[in-house]
Amino acid sequence: MAEILQSPGENPADELTPGQVLRQRILNHQGIILGCLLLLIIILMALLAPVLAPHDPYQQVLLNRLKPPAWMTGGSWTYPLGTDHLGRDYLSRLMYGAQISLLIGVATAVISGVIGVGLGLIAGYFGGRVDQLVMFLVTVKLSVPTILVALAVVQLVGGSLQVVILVLGLLLWHQFTIVTRSVTLQIRDMDYVTSAKTLGLSTSRILFTEILPNIANQIIVVLTLTMASAIVIEAALSFLGVGVQPPLPSWGIMISEGKEHIFFRPWLVIIPGVALLALVLGINLLGDGLRDVTVPQGRS
Amino acid sequence: MLIYLLRRFGLACWVALCVSILTFALLHFSIDPAIAMAGEDATSEDIELIRIAYGYDRPVWIQFGEWFLRAIQGDFGVSPYFGLPVQDLILDRMPVTFTLGALSIVFALGFGIPLGVLAAIYPNTWIDRVSLSVGVFGQAIPNFWFSLLLMIIFAVQLQWLPVSGSDSIWSYVLPTIVLGTNAIPPIMRLTRTGMLDTLSADYIRTAWAKGLPPHIVFFKHALRNAIIPVVAVASIQAAHLLGGSIVVESVFALHGLGMLAYESILRSDIPTMQAVILIFSAFFIGFSALSDVLNAYFDPRIRVQ
Repeated sequence: MAEILQSPGENPADELTPGQVLRQRILNHQGIILGCLLLLIIILMALLAPVLAPHDPYQQVLLNRLKPPAWMTGGSWTYPLGTDHLGRDYLSRLMYGAQISLLIGVATAVISGVIGVGLGLIAGYFGGRVDQLVMFLVTVKLSVPTILVALAVVQLVGGSLQVVILVLGLLLWHQFTIVTRSVTLQIRDMDYVTSAKTLGLSTSRILFTEILPNIANQIIVVLTLTMASAIVIEAALSFLGVGVQPPLPSWGIMISEGKEHIFFRPWLVIIPGVALLALVLGINLLGDGLRDVTVPQGRS
Repeated sequence: MLIYLLRRFGLACWVALCVSILTFALLHFSIDPAIAMAGEDATSEDIELIRIAYGYDRPVWIQFGEWFLRAIQGDFGVSPYFGLPVQDLILDRMPVTFTLGALSIVFALGFGIPLGVLAAIYPNTWIDRVSLSVGVFGQAIPNFWFSLLLMIIFAVQLQWLPVSGSDSIWSYVLPTIVLGTNAIPPIMRLTRTGMLDTLSADYIRTAWAKGLPPHIVFFKHALRNAIIPVVAVASIQAAHLLGGSIVVESVFALHGLGMLAYESILRSDIPTMQAVILIFSAFFIGFSALSDVLNAYFDPRIRVQ
């Protein structure tokens, strides 16, 4: 009888709490470890930039223009990654650039998260016509060419950090809505939600204290993936000259400025690109990994 | 099926109308179009003159109605920057983007499907891991930087291919690789999971039991079923490729629709911008409708919802 009661595949000897199981799965997941490592490096780069950066990222020393990185002939450790076309230290710019990318990623993900999760909760919980309306909105949003509209609006309004964050925040919410809605649909008829309703709790209380905490895992996954796309789109906009404006050391701007020297100094393009790739790769690995480990057992 | 088609077409029309209202309003509230058109050195009298001459003094919804009615008849007005009718510009640039899009989707399918199939036939081997890493990198690599990287390797260092331009078929090679790589991961993953699912199905066991050779089991029996969702996703990816073409065409100076979009944005050329956004949205809507219809065609359960 005892055997029957136990769900298959579980060993009674090591009874772990769900939290411990999750922790173990995270530590065993190579992708998450690698992703965290990459992300940690970039975050440290950004946070410690004021302390560790060897030079002022905006200071131009025209005599030291276009120095190669230290390990190449003609390079020196005064400028570990060389200098750009205005004689600014490349490593310092790279470190301060990490701040911009991370800021854009987090701020955009928060704005679009608030919009998207809000719409998704409402659609999933109320269903019916409300759900149809929200899903229609999502369909409309999905048909808007994101990069094109972002480029157009940012160019017309004028590029700046705030404008880029706001525009991207308004353009990247759909994934939150799709995920929140489908999970809310699954749990809105569960017993604990029904009992909360019977107790007479207000709708907003049910949404925020009963439903929201139970879909947090899925939202975190979308949050990471939205961060990654926001960072890539910002870099692309800035690369095309329509995003954050110089002299801010956005990695997109650094790549765009390096493009002029692609024939003889390719490292000017390669270095900030590798940083960008590492950041996006780190976030994606983390997000994909979290999705793997938070899926309930047997559903992977 | 006919009812499903009609309903899907109706939805697509509504979405198209809403998207065009939305984007029209967005551009109009981002900047005063008369100021955008007049340029930097214009006096306020000049701006007033342009405002009245182009009808920007009228209510926005009237402007939208007029623009939309003309647009669906194929008249998008005259581009102030290029000095030509916008529809001529678009028709002129379309072939380049279509060629690029078609080549890229063929490239993505040509790499994504075999990689996915191999990963499913040999799960948890080095082949599986290679295809997994291709997927992870293809998803993470920013396409504008990937373009420059390929340019550095193949055009600058090896000098096998032209750096930019759209004069010969060789100019399409690098942009195709960049855009196609973006679309490989979803195609590959879907092929892999589809193959893994079908390979464990009963009829595959029967096929093995009959003693059929592996290539028949894998390709004739399993792949045929696994490929169905891939077809639908390829259609969605085709739409995404168009979005990516803006960046990639600008980097490679390939004179297609994406490049036209970029040029019109840099010059605040609103009529051209609006037309290009409408065209791109129309493709998005068209391809996602196509994807739904393909799904419904292959899986009759969807039609009755």
